[in-house]
Amino acid sequence: MLYVVMIYLWTSILLYLLLGGADFGAGIIELFTSGKNKSRTRQTMYHAIGPIWEANHMWLIITIVILFVGFPVIYTTMSVYLHIPLAIMLLGIIARGTAFAFRHYDAVIDDLQILYNNIFVYSSFITPLFLGIVAGSAVSGKIDTSASTFLDAYIFSWLHWFSLATGLFTVAICGFLAAIFIIGETSDDYERTRFITKAKHMTIAAFIAGILVFLAGYYEGVPIFQWIFGNPIGFATISAALISLIIQWIFLYRGNTNTLRILAGFQVAMLLLAVTVRHYPNIVLLKDGRSLSLLEHAGHEQTIFYLGATLLAGSIFILPALYYLLYSFHRKTN
Amino acid sequence: MALSLGFHIIFSCIGMVMPFFMAVSHYYWIRTKNPVYQNITKAWSKGVAIFFATGAVSGTVLSFELGLLWPEFMKHAGPIFGMPFSLEGTAFFVEAIALGFYLYGWNRFNKWFHWITGVIVGISGLASGILVVAANAWMNTPAGFDFVNGQYLNIDPIAAMFNKAWPSQALHMCLAAFVATGFAVAGVHAYMVLRNKNVLFHSKAFRIAAIFAAVSALLQPLSGDHSAKHVAKYQPAKLAAMEAHFETGRAVPLFLGGIPDVKNKKVNYALEIPGFLSFLAHGDFNAEVTGLDRVLPENHPPVAITHYAFQVMVVLGSLLAFIGFLYLIALIKKKSWLDKRWLLKLFVISVPLGYIAIEAGWIVTEVGRQPWIIYGIMRTKDAVTPMPGIVYSFYIFTAVYISLAVIVTFLLYRQIKMVPVIYDVQNNKTG
Repeated sequence: MLYVVMIYLWTSILLYLLLGGADFGAGIIELFTSGKNKSRTRQTMYHAIGPIWEANHMWLIITIVILFVGFPVIYTTMSVYLHIPLAIMLLGIIARGTAFAFRHYDAVIDDLQILYNNIFVYSSFITPLFLGIVAGSAVSGKIDTSASTFLDAYIFSWLHWFSLATGLFTVAICGFLAAIFIIGETSDDYERTRFITKAKHMTIAAFIAGILVFLAGYYEGVPIFQWIFGNPIGFATISAALISLIIQWIFLYRGNTNTLRILAGFQVAMLLLAVTVRHYPNIVLLKDGRSLSLLEHAGHEQTIFYLGATLLAGSIFILPALYYLLYSFHRKTN
Repeated sequence: MALSLGFHIIFSCIGMVMPFFMAVSHYYWIRTKNPVYQNITKAWSKGVAIFFATGAVSGTVLSFELGLLWPEFMKHAGPIFGMPFSLEGTAFFVEAIALGFYLYGWNRFNKWFHWITGVIVGISGLASGILVVAANAWMNTPAGFDFVNGQYLNIDPIAAMFNKAWPSQALHMCLAAFVATGFAVAGVHAYMVLRNKNVLFHSKAFRIAAIFAAVSALLQPLSGDHSAKHVAKYQPAKLAAMEAHFETGRAVPLFLGGIPDVKNKKVNYALEIPGFLSFLAHGDFNAEVTGLDRVLPENHPPVAITHYAFQVMVVLGSLLAFIGFLYLIALIKKKSWLDKRWLLKLFVISVPLGYIAIEAGWIVTEVGRQPWIIYGIMRTKDAVTPMPGIVYSFYIFTAVYISLAVIVTFLLYRQIKMVPVIYDVQNNKTG
């Protein structure tokens, strides 16, 4: 059952990165769209993500619940030492979620819309940035549980170039996912071309940010290069991701929308696989060389059993309904 | 933390109950084809959307905050009481999906399918609420593990979920949500009727909410009595603090009001009803009720706060039950009362009362459990995060929640203000 729970954990992280990420990306793209196109972009985006955006963010809740029920030591260590970035991320989530809801449900349309929009786009940027920082810190081996000063324990555990680069990379991936996703959501040729250009920009941005992660890793002494290319699975997954990225670039204009989406999802999945597989079953590396392992730091057998059973049972309810939700709104828009 | 929860309670109560109002009004619309009901449904569904978004966000934040603020508690409690949380996650997910269908589904689906998705929103919301209360009830009556030498052994998540306090607490909480939201919604519409704005729209909306409010307000005292008996049995220190009952004895009087004097162990200026506490707690005027003297001094909850909060809750609850009673009489016997302004005014006054009662009840159950975070097992001070400067984190979240509350209120105000503009055209067509 432990493996079932782990698969769910990994899958919900991936789905959050894909669906939640595309959702954040919508805001990021809006942030980087020039004034005159902003409102059109916004409309297309809203049309695309409106019905499903609540569901996209449920994956984060699932992730957290799995962590705190199944792996309490990992959850509590992260929430103690990464308190500050997690708190900022939460503020981002609050601001973004409410601004999104408000700008669509406020009965009066007036200048406040501008405020909602600003909050929405900036928090769309900040939230994944700190999500990436948290993820980067978890594997950076810089979380210092034996530090004696506040700065060492609660600031430098997460504030370093490697985590910042990971944060930027996460933001770029979100933008990239959203751009690819949105291409298929508009039938207008002008808009389509515009989003394709956006997708190209975002691809380049993600690529550069990816290189930054390696550079920062080198600078900070995080051997990310060896981690990924030093083992066959890492090497294979990253190569697969790169090849599919090239294919995607070529087919950006002619390609079928769904193929593009599947390719983009595939790349992100490969990326996540590459970074997680190297340290499996460890997910948090600490400064003193210890690490927190999914196998060793799992909760009691009974807990894991019921958690797994709940997740399986829940899927029976959720997945068909979610599929039908996506399917019916997708069909209606086309 | 307490504050986030305090806000979360209100957001989620509204988010839990409003879908039911919405579904009832939607049902009338399908049945009668009277567009007023469709308008009410649409207006309410916007409210639901706003509250669902804020409730969902504040819920997400809470699931993180548990760890951010109480890591030591979560480390041990997470695996034991996680079951209701994982189920709640499922229920919540279902709710989000159903809401997606509902809000964007007008004229897209079969009308009954659409209606059912609305009903599912309500049911799954209520289910999440009930499940979360299971986790809180577990903190009051811990179960599903053996506590041996500081170790948590033989964990049984199912037994932890079905802990003793769950049924009574969940029932009390759900009814409270219906009472408070019912009165608040009815009160707002009553106010608009009093001001002669869109009377047709508001009076129909008022009626739906008021019936829910009245019925649940009348049921609530029964559930409260059940809860009190339960607390008397399993958490004697809490009951003693609620009633400011210092010395164990038989035929214990009930204090109404009064100022507890902790130092001299007595209650000043209170109205005493002889033997009544014994009766309420154990169903027998002569029964023995455990007082604070049987509890070690370091395990005493703050008596004054618990006592005052309890009194506030009971007084407001009774008042609302009385208003509900009047309304039901008006509905069944004295139809002429229905048009009377005083009845509507009573509802307007009661808009905030239900929520104040909920908060007071929340204080009773949380403060009354102190100094324990897990009753009899772990102390609150041992559970808090080791990070220094945690108060700043606390201040920031407090500020965020207060501003959220202000913004939501403001948005609702604008929703209500816009009723004539958005919905009146159709009203005129039929009227």
